[in-house]
Amino acid sequence: MNTSTSTFVRTEMLPQQAPPITESGAVKWLRENLFSSVLNTILTILGIAAVAYLVIHIAPWLSRSVWNANSLSECRQIIAERYGEGVTGACWAVIRERWPQYLFGFYPSHLYWRPVLAFVLLCVAVAPVLFDKLPRKMLWFSLIYPAVGFWLLWGGSVWVPVMALAGFAIGYAAAKIVKPIAGTILATIAAVLAPVLWWLFLAGPAAEALQSILPIALQSVRSREFGGFVLAFTIGFTGIAFSLPLGVMLALGRQSDMFIVNKLSVGFIEFIRGVPLITLLFTASLLLNYFLPPGTDFDIILRVIIMVVLFAAAYIAEVVRGGLAALPRGQYEAADALGLDYWKAQRLIIMPQALKISIPGIVSTFIGLFKDTTLVVFVGLLDPLKGITDAVRASTDWKGIYWEPYIFVGTIFFVFCFAMSRYSMYLEGKLKTDHR
Amino acid sequence: MAVVTEEPKAGFRLGMLIYDTRYRSITIQIVVLFLVMLGAAWLIDNLLRNLAALGRGIDFGFLWNRAGYDINQTLVEYSNDSSHARATLVGLLNTLLIAFLGCIAATILGVIAGVLRLSNNWVIARLMTVYVEIFRNIPLLLWILMIYTVFTEALPAPNAFRGENPAASMVLFDTVAFTNRYTAIPWLVFDRSLGWLQLGPIWLNLDLTAIIVALVGGFLINRAILKRATRIQEATGLRPTTWWQSLLALFGPIIVLKFVLGTHFDYPSLQGFNFTGGLQVSNSLVALWLALTLYTAAFIAEIVRAGINAISRGQSEAAFALGLRPGRTMNLIILPQAMRVIIPPLISQYLNLTKNSSLAIAVGYMDLRGTLGGITLNQTGRGLEAMLLLMLIYLIISLTISGAMNVYNQSVKLKER
Repeated sequence: MNTSTSTFVRTEMLPQQAPPITESGAVKWLRENLFSSVLNTILTILGIAAVAYLVIHIAPWLSRSVWNANSLSECRQIIAERYGEGVTGACWAVIRERWPQYLFGFYPSHLYWRPVLAFVLLCVAVAPVLFDKLPRKMLWFSLIYPAVGFWLLWGGSVWVPVMALAGFAIGYAAAKIVKPIAGTILATIAAVLAPVLWWLFLAGPAAEALQSILPIALQSVRSREFGGFVLAFTIGFTGIAFSLPLGVMLALGRQSDMFIVNKLSVGFIEFIRGVPLITLLFTASLLLNYFLPPGTDFDIILRVIIMVVLFAAAYIAEVVRGGLAALPRGQYEAADALGLDYWKAQRLIIMPQALKISIPGIVSTFIGLFKDTTLVVFVGLLDPLKGITDAVRASTDWKGIYWEPYIFVGTIFFVFCFAMSRYSMYLEGKLKTDHR
Repeated sequence: MAVVTEEPKAGFRLGMLIYDTRYRSITIQIVVLFLVMLGAAWLIDNLLRNLAALGRGIDFGFLWNRAGYDINQTLVEYSNDSSHARATLVGLLNTLLIAFLGCIAATILGVIAGVLRLSNNWVIARLMTVYVEIFRNIPLLLWILMIYTVFTEALPAPNAFRGENPAASMVLFDTVAFTNRYTAIPWLVFDRSLGWLQLGPIWLNLDLTAIIVALVGGFLINRAILKRATRIQEATGLRPTTWWQSLLALFGPIIVLKFVLGTHFDYPSLQGFNFTGGLQVSNSLVALWLALTLYTAAFIAEIVRAGINAISRGQSEAAFALGLRPGRTMNLIILPQAMRVIIPPLISQYLNLTKNSSLAIAVGYMDLRGTLGGITLNQTGRGLEAMLLLMLIYLIISLTISGAMNVYNQSVKLKER
């Protein structure tokens, strides 16, 4: 009797069957993501129709682009020759021809290398701040960059920015000298007072004296000649660099227990946030002279930058306040328990956490600030969006060109703002310490 | 064991002002106050000296002088013989109008975009992401200028609608006409109008007032009905049917009003080279409104998305576990919690929209900035007074809205131990 042959035991597995066609691959994806219900199907069709409508209307116009022409009429002639009468096409030649104007405004053309160099150095200065893999020594360059950038853009004697930087060195030295004699607090006061006195009374004459001994100077450029993206970047980056520290100070002031400091901060923040930026810019251009000693003439870009900094700082203060409020009380109490004083607690415990929470809000304030640089056109500066475009359109060659300049300027703004928001997401991810 | 009973000597030394934490904060505050007052005194001294040098004082009397300029859109009666104060009022109303219209449209569009961005429909979610990113990352001024250019350059002139085979046609069942000069829309007319009521310097349109009263009244009655239903439900466990009462309360007054006043729509129609009838809305208003709406809606979409995402899945799972249907889960569990996250940033977007409406200057819409801060300022040369007044008005609007927000925040705040 051979039992082993009579029972059936499978010795090899059947091959796996392919899943039903509706449950795999593209069909499954389509069913789940596009046509899962009646409403979804309608939405999908509407969405595709909208995209198709836009593409059908814009793609032919874009495909008939002209890059080489000297005027709008020449552009239209070329399009008519190439694609037949009665069709329209994009005339990017305006960007090509007015490229320097869009970048530099009315900056003297033989000095274009200066803003370009300033921009390159800006990238070098910003890089170590943004990416912590780069050598930390580069931060020293970031610290002196404001003076370098100022000198390159506006020109004039090299000793003015050098003497301005010297103020910080003097403050540091004053603190070092006073500290062993009179203690920490007086040293702090000295570190603040000495540079202020230096800048107010000594820096100017010192710069003049050094200039007469050792004349190193670049040809100076007036603020009214700035324009285009040089102007937008100058205002945008200066605003960003100065509004963050001011905003943090205001936030601390608003969270402070000291009645007067608290009320002053609240008043300032609420006032700035309550009025449109455009009215502040008008105040800067029309009214600031009323509030300065008779006869002072204040640089217009500097005034605009001050207003933009104050405006952005008030918003950042609110964002940072949110971050401070989100910290559990235990963090403050732990810092107190360790015996840290106020500034040490802020620097080591509170701020690193509060700022981390506030990153998205801070960066979107920065993006808003950069976009708001276009508003300077209303105080007579030539921003790339309206100022330069109007100037371009005022010439007979380019009268009547509308879409191309807008699309070009919009694209540049989009690239920079989008990059900023992506960077903030990268930073958030990098600094994330919770394990959720 | 020696117990120290004697308190340390409370002698006061000057150094304690800085080193003793009891006095330090007072010292700092006094120093800060002193510095701020010093700065303010310096500014005011400069101001007075400058004004003296110009031979002028601060004087708001110019507000009662004849304005002498025309405004293309006036919600209240105005002519160039009216005073600058009247022009300011017209500008303020125009600002409030654009802000009101913009807030409503931006909320609707923003909520739709925010919800759709979360949908599992791949095409729609991507489209909404593109919309939000494009509008958030490009300056508002560009959108205003671009949409205005579409209106003035790409749209047909009114006379293109003429003839047997017109080059342009009206949209939305022949009720709305977009032209390069204005947009003609249908508008309400009243056969038996109630007329106007004069209250001091302000003329009140009684027809519109009646409609608003009917709407608000209907809404309030509906709320009372729902409250009563809830009370009965809590007492007996059975909720009375209220849908027909609600419908009656919400729409009854309006329908009655329609027949009493003889309300109907007046549609724009072409007469000669221009449209007559209906309401002709200036393109600067429509372009500004569209731009502000699209721009702000992108931000609101993000707020709505964040608000819905902030509610943890456990909440909806718990609701399902209790046996609530999806609609009830949304209304009773998700929305009340999401609203708490959404409302504060939403209101600050409304504030931003109101402040951004001052960009009306780019398209020549005569808002507060255009009248008081524009032509009035230039004509009278009273820059200081005009800017002060302008800032004050904007500040009052902002503080009112943020005050309302704080009240709301207090009322919905989680009651913690």
